[in-house]
Amino acid sequence: MSVEAARGLSLRTRHSVLPGFNLALGFTLLYLSLVVLIPLSAAFFKTATLSWDAFVAAVTAPRVIASFRLSFGAALVAAAVNAFFGLMIAWVLVRYSFPGKKLIDALVDLPFALPTAVAGIALTAIYSAKGWLGQLLEPNGIKVAFTPLGVVVALVFVGLPFVVRTVQPVLEDFERELEEAASSLGATRLQTFHRVILPTILPALVTGFALAFARAVGEYGSVIFIAGNMPMISEIAPLLIMTKLEQYDYAGATAIAVVMLVASFLLLLAINLLQWWAQRRSGGKS
Amino acid sequence: MLRRILSVLAAVAIGAPALAQTTLLNVSYDPTRELYQDFNAVFAKYWKAKTGETVAIRQSHGGSGKQARSVIDGLEADVVTLALGYDVDALADRKLIPDTWQKRLPHGSAPYTSTIVFLVRKGNPRGIRDWDDTVKPGVSVITANPKTSGGARWAYLAAWGYAQRKYGGDAAAKDFVQKLFRNVPVLDSGARGSTVTFAERGVGDVLLTWENEAFLSIKEFGAGRIEIVVPSTSILAEPPVSVVDKVVDRRGTRKLAEAYLQYLYTPEGQEIAARNFYRPIDPKVAAKHASKFTKVKLFTLAQIVGDWRKAQKAHFDDGGVFDAIYQPGK
Repeated sequence: MSVEAARGLSLRTRHSVLPGFNLALGFTLLYLSLVVLIPLSAAFFKTATLSWDAFVAAVTAPRVIASFRLSFGAALVAAAVNAFFGLMIAWVLVRYSFPGKKLIDALVDLPFALPTAVAGIALTAIYSAKGWLGQLLEPNGIKVAFTPLGVVVALVFVGLPFVVRTVQPVLEDFERELEEAASSLGATRLQTFHRVILPTILPALVTGFALAFARAVGEYGSVIFIAGNMPMISEIAPLLIMTKLEQYDYAGATAIAVVMLVASFLLLLAINLLQWWAQRRSGGKS
Repeated sequence: MLRRILSVLAAVAIGAPALAQTTLLNVSYDPTRELYQDFNAVFAKYWKAKTGETVAIRQSHGGSGKQARSVIDGLEADVVTLALGYDVDALADRKLIPDTWQKRLPHGSAPYTSTIVFLVRKGNPRGIRDWDDTVKPGVSVITANPKTSGGARWAYLAAWGYAQRKYGGDAAAKDFVQKLFRNVPVLDSGARGSTVTFAERGVGDVLLTWENEAFLSIKEFGAGRIEIVVPSTSILAEPPVSVVDKVVDRRGTRKLAEAYLQYLYTPEGQEIAARNFYRPIDPKVAAKHASKFTKVKLFTLAQIVGDWRKAQKAHFDDGGVFDAIYQPGK
């Protein structure tokens, strides 16, 4: 993302030969305003009906803090799990050929297409005490359904395609000669991965992580079924927003939403900066 | 004039049948789906015979609070038939209906009643007979979140009322519901969700639920797996109905909407309610179906907390008694 921004900036200062910059930027801003900024600003305006003290009281209640911790914490854990396993899946799909590869490739996108409520109900059925996996896990003291662990499982499910689909094209473009050169120069396999491959795919990996994280923070449909929704323990922030709405407390609901928005924005901004920094370090190749 | 042309155009665009028949939208809560399916068919026939007018009745179902919010946000409901008075009060707060809505129809605008009962596993392995058994250590109780579910609010108040009357006073009642909710491992957001958690997922020893929902579950999941236990006392749940004045006056459907709700009070309407496991208020119909409903001593909301506004403020609003159960260190 910041790559495009940076490129756009350098194009403008150099008076690009490409025509239509003003028109295209105008459309971009109009579109972003209509689709993103105006709906979001409505949340801010609604929140503005609260006094500052009421706002602080609304978003620092212990139950709200606990839900923030769960929403952001579980999203981070899920995104990290997805970054690791997503990279592995992308690697397998790019580097090896085996029967059924196309099928597995298509499976990766399934969490995109499936209604999240369906995913939530299916996961709950599988992981609850009587489910296929639950009846194996629960006797061993691992409870998944109706615990924060269940939240992570649901978020891993919805976030998986983001990492695979961002890393995959970069791996496909990766020149294998670089690896061969590295090994002919005496690098071990680990060194080749660590010093040659990882720096190239890191920006894409970070983007995938950020997308999976952003998706997970706002996820409601699938989590609600498996979380158990116990206050202070397994209640996600979007559920608290719903709860406030049920009590006709619109301002309180948007107050939580605003905190989530600002926190998500700052985290994504930080991740983008990190990515920009990683890209610069690896030699500015895109 | 322009507006009239536009409205005609709109009607044509929506489809000619819209002109030929009157429509009525009933916005209701979750477990009434089957009740109003039956009722609408019978009422449409009655209305046709009485006025010659064909009426198409549409129904919308969901969590009671969510449904009320949709109406506030502009869903064109001619009538609302919700789970509790607080949600209809919310419409009055936004001037969609007058504050006196509850006095407009007999019996506090509640044409049928229900109560809160227990569902247990077949054979009742944990021996759950009454409210006291639900607070025993180790018993797992399933109920929805009272902050989001109308049925769960009735269940919470049923437990409150039981303890208040048996152990004397609000302090004892507070202690009792705290113990009860410590036994709850999952809080679904709606009553149907809790039923699924209990009956399908097999979580919990006892489910606190609407009486009509309990009967429906037995029908749905089979008497071989679950059974109903009726506690010694419970709450008289009175789901209220109201015409939405703002909407019917604009759409010109007031006469129809009022007739629709009044028909609920006729022996025919009461019969349909009873067949769908709601307790009828008409004494004759009630007597006919007496064998269906276990005799249970019922107390009213007024006897334990006053009215819904008071109940909501003291118990379910942020910082209320229910929140205190989950505050750390208490």
